[in-house]
Amino acid sequence: MLLIDIDACIGCGLCETNCAFDAIHVVDGIAEVNENCKLCGGCVDDCEVGALKIEGIDREENDDLSAWSGIWVYAEYRHGRIAPVTHELLGIGRKLADLKKVPLSAVLLTDKAGDVPVQLVSYGADKVYVVEDQALAQFTDEAYGNALEDLARQYKPEVILAGATAIGRSFIPRVATSLKTGLTADCTQLDIQQEDGALLQTRPAFGGNIMATIASSNTRPQMATVRPLVMKANVPDPARQGEVIHCTIATERLASRVKVRKFVALEGDQVNLNEADIVVSGGRGLEGEKGFKLIAELAQLLDGAVAASRAAVDSGWMPYPHQVGQTGKTVSPKVYIACGISGAIQHLVGMQSSDTIFAINRDPHAPIFDVATYGVVGDVFEILPKLIEKIKQARSA
Amino acid sequence: MKILVCIKQVPDAKDVRLDPKTNTLSREGVQSIINPYDRHALEEAVRLKEKHGGTVIVLTMGPPQAQEILRESVSCGADEAVLVSDRAFAGADTLATTYTLSQAIKKIGGADLILCGKQAIDGDTAQVGPGLAVRMDIPYVTCVRKIVEVSDKTFVVERLMDDGYDEVEVELPALFTVVKEINEPRLPSLKGKMKAKKLAITTLTAADIDADTAQLGLKGSPTWVVRVFAPQLKGERTMIEGTVQAQVDQLAEKLMEWC
Repeated sequence: MLLIDIDACIGCGLCETNCAFDAIHVVDGIAEVNENCKLCGGCVDDCEVGALKIEGIDREENDDLSAWSGIWVYAEYRHGRIAPVTHELLGIGRKLADLKKVPLSAVLLTDKAGDVPVQLVSYGADKVYVVEDQALAQFTDEAYGNALEDLARQYKPEVILAGATAIGRSFIPRVATSLKTGLTADCTQLDIQQEDGALLQTRPAFGGNIMATIASSNTRPQMATVRPLVMKANVPDPARQGEVIHCTIATERLASRVKVRKFVALEGDQVNLNEADIVVSGGRGLEGEKGFKLIAELAQLLDGAVAASRAAVDSGWMPYPHQVGQTGKTVSPKVYIACGISGAIQHLVGMQSSDTIFAINRDPHAPIFDVATYGVVGDVFEILPKLIEKIKQARSA
Repeated sequence: MKILVCIKQVPDAKDVRLDPKTNTLSREGVQSIINPYDRHALEEAVRLKEKHGGTVIVLTMGPPQAQEILRESVSCGADEAVLVSDRAFAGADTLATTYTLSQAIKKIGGADLILCGKQAIDGDTAQVGPGLAVRMDIPYVTCVRKIVEVSDKTFVVERLMDDGYDEVEVELPALFTVVKEINEPRLPSLKGKMKAKKLAITTLTAADIDADTAQLGLKGSPTWVVRVFAPQLKGERTMIEGTVQAQVDQLAEKLMEWC
């Protein structure tokens, strides 16, 4: 808990002003903490007279931290395809490795590596650890988790990054728990703290209403999953040289109590919503499946993905994997086009970090306009067909 | 079948806003609710019980007020409720939380199936479900969208992936995290409400679960918050006005810059 030294406190109110949780107030000239306190420790650092302290925060470092060195990126490879977030991770990983003057390595777990290691080197990896085993043909949390854990114990990286994808968010917590180390989900910024070289991991919290910077530098490895489409990939350099290290993992460690029986792909040639640069999204204002035909047509024209608000999914106009918002997916594409979406907070938290937001809605007071970069007050059934026509004309011209 | 559902009390997101002037989270009138994903986990547990028999136990770690969501769960079909509560748990990150939960579950004799929501809407980490399974040494499947087959020893379920879905077979005991697509949660029944009112909630403290205090709360948490700040505000919003054709022309022009 937060301890307040009432003799030292001068009632200056700095802590009250700076607290993001409204958890500390000066009452009768002395700071008082309430139940909103998250023990984030912000006030402890702010307090100029040293009157605040968090009990139990004297952190001890686990074994020899200096034995852990180097930045690792988990290279997500599934159904013969490298997930684009892997390239983005190699981009940020390269920066972090250069700041720390340590090597950047990629870890590839697969049944067939082919030329993937070479590609990973071209995107910035100095080394690629490859485990090639039939037991890794399908993704299972146990086999993939144990393999990454065993490699980490053997080679001791100080940082492991993975994509905040379905796969990354599923098996990376397994690795962190087994290694008894810290893991920060869904990071949008990563940096190195100058004083001690710690990894600073920044992520949105409370649905993007606040940002929190997290550290976990008393244990190793420091682990984070990173949101797709946030970091920038380097341009691949086919001439780049790197070392490929083939590793074996004990057979029993690759056994899994979960067995994959079959895979059913997304219907048609739909773009994966989490990886799309352009997202065209529809809500209640589209009035039905017919309205979503317009959304699909615009998305196809722009090479984007189709998304929907909860209202549209609950009405059965679009299947659940397309839902964006609190109980669906969180996306941050370059362009998000919201059509007939009023913008309930539950929807906004799933898309408000998009770079550029276009909103089309009949109601000029719809909250979607509060987060929009460009707003159009109008009828989607008038605007969308004309817009599609206009873009087609411009493309053919 | 003994089915355990892990739930969390969270602030209702529609009430949580950052006050741009004071840079603090405005908590006025913020309601506490059952994490929305956990409602789907509870509903699935109750459906399994109705179809195949068994007991549904809801469990939460939190302050004494978290009793409210346990009672609500019983009014929606759960049979028993366990509150894991102690000041020593305060400030726990996901690693300390999974330790605490696993100790509590061991204390109540384990379960054949543990169901969790995909993630909680306040932290959004999606780490507690998988971490808890690792602590219990049982297999897990995340983002389950459908339970296809049920037997005493195995379940066949569909897990949502980024490129479609996988159908997987799992040995019991196991843990699943569920997505909202799996079902439509029911409302409390009158009979359930009566039962919830009279319910005796089991409360477990750090001592009750034989916890190693070094692994609890802040002390057991390898991650800590360095700083909290407001997200960068976007630039000004531009409204595109004029006749429909004029709007379309401008919209197309802006879009073509990006797409």
